[in-house]
Amino acid sequence: MTSALVTRRSVLAGTGALVVSFSSISRALTQTLDTGQREKPPLPGSLKENPFLDSWIRIEADGRITIFTGKAELGQGIKTALLQVAAEQLDVPLASLKLITADTSQTANEGFTAGSHSMQDSGTAILHAAAQARAILVVEAAKRLGVTEETLKTKSGAVIAADGRKLGYGELVSENFLHLEAQPQSPLKDPASFTVMGKSTPRVDIPAKVTGGAAYVQDMRLPGMVHARVVRPPSYSASLTNVDTAGAEKLPGVIKILRDGNFLAVVAEREFQAIKAMRALSAAAQWAQKPSLPKQSELPATVMALPSQDTAIIDRRQEGIVAAKKLEATCTRPYQAHGSIGPSCAVAVWNEESMTIWTHTQGVYPDRQAIAQMLRLPPEKVRCIHVEGSGCYGHNGADDAAADAALIARSLPGRPVRVQWMREQEHAWEPFGPAMVTKVSAALDEAGDIADWDYAVWSNTHSTRPGGAGSLLAAQHMAEPFALPAPKPIPQPEGGGDRNAIPLYHLPSARVMHHFLPAMPVRVSALRSLGAYMNVFSIESFMDELAEAAGRDPVEFRLKHLDDVRARDVVMLASERFGWDSFQRRLGRGCGFAFARYKNLAAYCAIAAEVEVERETGRARLVRAVAAVDSGQTVNPDGVINQVEGAILQSASWTLYESVGFDDTRITSIDWSTYPILRFDAVPASVDVHIIDRPGQPFLGTGETGQGPAAAAIANAVANATGKRFRDLPLTRQRIKNVIGV
Amino acid sequence: MKLKVNGSEYEIDADPDTPLLYVLRNDLALNGAKFGCGLGQCGACTVMVDGKAIFSCLTPMLVVEGKEITTVEGLGSIDNPGPLQRAFIEEQAAQCGYCIAGMIMRAQALLQKNPDASDAEVRAALEPNLCRCGTHMRILRAVRRAADLMRTAAHGSERRAP
Ligand code: FES
Ligand code: FES
Repeated sequence: MTSALVTRRSVLAGTGALVVSFSSISRALTQTLDTGQREKPPLPGSLKENPFLDSWIRIEADGRITIFTGKAELGQGIKTALLQVAAEQLDVPLASLKLITADTSQTANEGFTAGSHSMQDSGTAILHAAAQARAILVVEAAKRLGVTEETLKTKSGAVIAADGRKLGYGELVSENFLHLEAQPQSPLKDPASFTVMGKSTPRVDIPAKVTGGAAYVQDMRLPGMVHARVVRPPSYSASLTNVDTAGAEKLPGVIKILRDGNFLAVVAEREFQAIKAMRALSAAAQWAQKPSLPKQSELPATVMALPSQDTAIIDRRQEGIVAAKKLEATCTRPYQAHGSIGPSCAVAVWNEESMTIWTHTQGVYPDRQAIAQMLRLPPEKVRCIHVEGSGCYGHNGADDAAADAALIARSLPGRPVRVQWMREQEHAWEPFGPAMVTKVSAALDEAGDIADWDYAVWSNTHSTRPGGAGSLLAAQHMAEPFALPAPKPIPQPEGGGDRNAIPLYHLPSARVMHHFLPAMPVRVSALRSLGAYMNVFSIESFMDELAEAAGRDPVEFRLKHLDDVRARDVVMLASERFGWDSFQRRLGRGCGFAFARYKNLAAYCAIAAEVEVERETGRARLVRAVAAVDSGQTVNPDGVINQVEGAILQSASWTLYESVGFDDTRITSIDWSTYPILRFDAVPASVDVHIIDRPGQPFLGTGETGQGPAAAAIANAVANATGKRFRDLPLTRQRIKNVIGV
Repeated sequence: MKLKVNGSEYEIDADPDTPLLYVLRNDLALNGAKFGCGLGQCGACTVMVDGKAIFSCLTPMLVVEGKEITTVEGLGSIDNPGPLQRAFIEEQAAQCGYCIAGMIMRAQALLQKNPDASDAEVRAALEPNLCRCGTHMRILRAVRRAADLMRTAAHGSERRAP
């Protein structure tokens, strides 16, 4: 009894004192760096925007610890990696931690889970917050135990003194214990002592996913929940002229038919009833449409003819270059789809003038803002909670489905509404990865080095993500519609259409132009790696052409132009593990190489690929790929390998098969037969991913680093196998056959 | 109408033309089978009926009455996973995981019929199922590992039974 009282009193007294002690630690920490009266260095990662430690970590008196992240699990394994970081720096068992992900009522606003930013933003914030929390716990324990901090150790959620006395973290905390602003420097653990970070750790979400656990928003079943389906317009230009709802209304289970301008939806007690009613309603709806789409066969010319805003993102061309050889090339990419395996889904409920939405959006806060605007509500009245969907690979239909659910739910107060898109809706209405054109010309000098480089890329925006209601289909289709906000280019150094348009190679004279195209004939937005896929495909294809013109081996030619040591390391490792130097090219079998550092600031990735091309059919198949990746400090090596393997296979699918089809009015690739993707018969024999770990170095985002290099390595291998260069994506069998066919 | 799912009988009150997928998901609250396309093009909804892998999105409930229906929940649980589930966990064969239950059910149907399926046979059997995350390499490895697990288990029990 007495000891409990003493503990509580000292805990209560502890808070104020603690702030002092903590700032004295951090003063000590900063002093080493900071001698003068300079400004405080910026806080690491997302601590910049959310500096309070308890935005990231909360410790209960019973010892339970909860980690908070504003990022979302998208199947990339972020939950596990963030827990590893927290467990390591806090010295607690990973399994004892609870993790709360993106939820506007609970977590920090970390914008979108996109751009391979999660580890850099949230991982870095949690790394530092956890290290600082541990330090504060040690300070508190030292005070309680009457010893110096240096004599204390932390282990398994407790602070341990040299004499064996032990205080659990829960015993050390008091209310608002971690409600402190983070400091710029943290007492991070020595990477050599890591036991969790840097070790392959089984993903925490996989067991439920393979045993039928509730893992996805699609699996939610709330009490009283009803099912809705939307009848989407048949095309972008369509407007609803008439709909006789009487037939659909009479169908069994139908609760409501909602029409708001061009937004048409039906709600039923049961899911299949909703689907049947949707079909009936769809048959009854009359739409006025007009041809508004460009000619698919003339897509590159159309793209280049669109009005453009032109920016030289680098412009350091030199005069009077003496060129021994000059080469040029034009590459094209069609619109490509995210093609999530599970069509978008959301559940929403309108209760007491507040909207709650469970959504697989990549950005709960921006989505909340957009939906609140659409419903003309203050944002505080809308809560968005992330629940996983199937992989999205960028901006798919998730936000739109959330808006659909919200709009429908508002007409049925108190009843949770689940909306799932149909396959053809996802395929026709998701915002695609934009069509792009690139042009490059370069000169080689006498020695066969690149003397001059001139590159240009034409592209729409790569983000029409929400923020404003106008980004949401439902809001665009309402009787009082919201207009899509004017698109803006994403500035360098990350870039959008011009992402990775600047090669990392040593180029004495270079210009890179970004022709930004505001007009969007087809709905587009962010697809995994944005413009980097196309720019790396173009640059790395052209590097091979230059190497050939210079009479050099492609790997050697790249190394000759690479100064960055880490870049050179991945190039050398991939080529060595592939057996590049001893590869025997034969007719129909070739190898190809490519390299890029994603965004020129995230993970480094080099890929060597072996491809087989069937002469008779033109069919190209990726047979083998070897990748080397440097993601800085690796947190979950198997997680990185999983992501890069996935990137290679997905990029192979984009590169060999995929393009969105359309006629003059509507999207025509509306299912998996009209939009074919990689199947098991074309899966490679092997894909090997090798990691170069950089302990103690900053996290470098990895999720998207493989897309561009995989595409170019495949294209280079096809060129190697056939003796012909293919510059138009995708490298379909028809295209290849037309050129090499017998 | 009566359905036999994962060894238990259920009385289902839904329109007989309702695809099995919606009955499993909504009436029986089983999450395993997923809606992917509703068109027989992706395999996310794959379950087993009398030992054969079928697309539950295309199969009306009335045609499976009285038959033995198995979903991924019928192969094991999170605490006691079956061989395929164990193998998928051990190989970490999932990214988003949305396709995985369908993959597992198709592989189960194959290995039940042909425990010694070759790599080529595994690929051929999985052909109807799509994975958008590019988890194929791991899925193949997991199926191979499960086949081995099942074989050792079968041998083990043979030896144990005198
Ligand atoms: S959902 Fe049944 S095959 Fe796609
Ligand atoms: S793991 Fe995501 S679709 Fe296969």
